[in-house]
Amino acid sequence: MNGNAALGEAAVLAGCACYFGYPITPQNELTEYMAKRMPETGGVFIQSESEIAAINMVLGASVAGARAMTSSSSPGMSLKQEGISYLAADELPAVVVNMVRGGPGMGNISPAQSDYMQATRGGGHGDYKTIVLAPGSVQELTEIVPLAFELADEYRNPVVILGDGMLGQMMEPVSFDNIKPPKVYPKDYILTGAHGRPSRMVRSLLFDTKEEEEHNWKLFRKYQRIEQNEVRYETFMMEDADMAAIAYGIGARIVRGAIKRLRQENLKIGMIRPITLWPFPAKIIQETVKKVSDFFVFEMSTGQMVEDVKLSLEGKGHIHFYGRPGGVIPTPIELYRIISRHYYQARRRKKQ
Amino acid sequence: MKQVYSRPKSLKEAHFHYCPGCGHGIINRLIAEVIDEMGLREKAICVAPAGCGMLIYNYFDMDTLESAHGRGAAVATGIKRVRPDNLVFSYQGDGDLAAIGTAEGFHAANRGELITVIFVNNGVYGMTGGQMAPTTLSKQVTTTTPYGRDTVLAGHPVRICEVFAVLDGTSYLERVAVNKPAAIIKAKKAIAKAFQHQLDKTGFSLVEILSPCPTNWKMNSVEACKWIDEVMSKKFPIGLVKEVKC
Ligand SMILES: Cc1ncc(C[n+]2csc(CCOP(=O)(O)OP(=O)(O)O)c2C)c(N)n1
Ligand code: SF4
Repeated sequence: MNGNAALGEAAVLAGCACYFGYPITPQNELTEYMAKRMPETGGVFIQSESEIAAINMVLGASVAGARAMTSSSSPGMSLKQEGISYLAADELPAVVVNMVRGGPGMGNISPAQSDYMQATRGGGHGDYKTIVLAPGSVQELTEIVPLAFELADEYRNPVVILGDGMLGQMMEPVSFDNIKPPKVYPKDYILTGAHGRPSRMVRSLLFDTKEEEEHNWKLFRKYQRIEQNEVRYETFMMEDADMAAIAYGIGARIVRGAIKRLRQENLKIGMIRPITLWPFPAKIIQETVKKVSDFFVFEMSTGQMVEDVKLSLEGKGHIHFYGRPGGVIPTPIELYRIISRHYYQARRRKKQ
Repeated sequence: MKQVYSRPKSLKEAHFHYCPGCGHGIINRLIAEVIDEMGLREKAICVAPAGCGMLIYNYFDMDTLESAHGRGAAVATGIKRVRPDNLVFSYQGDGDLAAIGTAEGFHAANRGELITVIFVNNGVYGMTGGQMAPTTLSKQVTTTTPYGRDTVLAGHPVRICEVFAVLDGTSYLERVAVNKPAAIIKAKKAIAKAFQHQLDKTGFSLVEILSPCPTNWKMNSVEACKWIDEVMSKKFPIGLVKEVKC
């Protein structure tokens, strides 16, 4: 199955009851898959008139109590940011998929990782965060979907699945056997009509500055809780490494190929692969710098996650960055050459 | 003694924040009365706008959600698709529905979403201080048309009911006013009819209500009410625009 369709099936299995979306390459297969599957499962599918409408339909469906999802790619994500900000402010769960393409502007439809900042910094207006999950394979993509729905419900917060055109469109064998339906959390805030209970209101408008500030502190405390509990990452050949590569998603997949080759030449490179981009796995990087002095960061952008690596390192360690913006997917050989060059530079520096 | 007038159950014990002579308060009350009379309070879900009507969740004693400026019809769509048995309506101003939210309103109408839009047309952006709205009349002075709306430069007043009437998804469109007792009674009937169309699943329903904004029209309440009859309703004729019988 291709990644987009696999994601759709995983969403169905995770109890997604509503999908709203507007076509954009490279995620159309997901919208098309949901058009076919949602009616079969008794769910709701609407091809919306815009990404703005789609995210607001998600907001309506979410406040009505349904598991709701929308998906898009970079330019469409920019349009969704208004609605995502409202979802976060109203503390409503939702899953938003971004199969990133080359930007800014219309850019191109090739895979890229240049929406990292938009995804991890909230993206829209105001002090808020979204949980950001970055799978690296089609199989992992399917496993991350139920997690995304569960985290969204648990924290009552939008969750972004950050993929890219390659992940969305590549075909890989995939098994849905491990997909467990997400845990159900009480939804005592949803609007169902005030039948036999006091009426409810869901809103983010807080005229009173004290109330607004308290609301923002409350959200902040929730984000702190998420930072404590929900960091996810994977390490690869880090046991004896003297250089740590850091990459995510498809980028990490290419780096992994390069590392396998470098290891054949006894270059001791390992990798830390963040799975949650927010919360960012800062702790493992802080622990790693006690043993490893050099960090190689690869991104399909001019360098966005590298800022989080810098913040995590707090001035310690050496950072080597390599980026390919514009939707270019480098080969493992290219990364093999780049990483080995940085590896030897680091070795020379350490000898001096 | 027989009680002839009291607070509708669907209204909370709260004072309206609207300016004196504003139509919003009347319209809020009409909606509450209709919902009470139709027995829909425990079924209703209201989507509030950005605009002077945004604080209706302080007044309506029913489930209410705030929406971003212009997005009411999309949010209401999401709610209604999940809860087809509820009465779902959005409350939107003319800036909200006829400018920033045109796409959401138009397409919800075109899909025949079984929602109702209560569309308050006061010819200006009330909340932000009286700027030009898409419904501002030709030559009308607002803070952003200080020389009067020049339709060559700023376009023409948008007639939402007439525009929506050509869409196959709409089943009930009526324009009313709240500037005098007889008009208010008709407005109430129109709101009830629109809700009934939703319950009967005939299609998208909308009531456009010409509503005075004395503050931004720089008139007193009496002048504002007169102005609706003498000027505004010439461009926005009162009456039924479309009704599809089921
Ligand atoms: C995206 C966005 N743009 C602008 C605003 C500011 N704003 C709030 S209300 C409003 C105009 C409301 O006018 P209208 O819909 O006609 O309602 P009225 O206040 O006249 O009842 C505007 C522009 C906003 N809240 N959000
Ligand atoms: S500004 Fe106009 S619309 Fe707003 S409350 Fe005052 S009179 Fe009503």
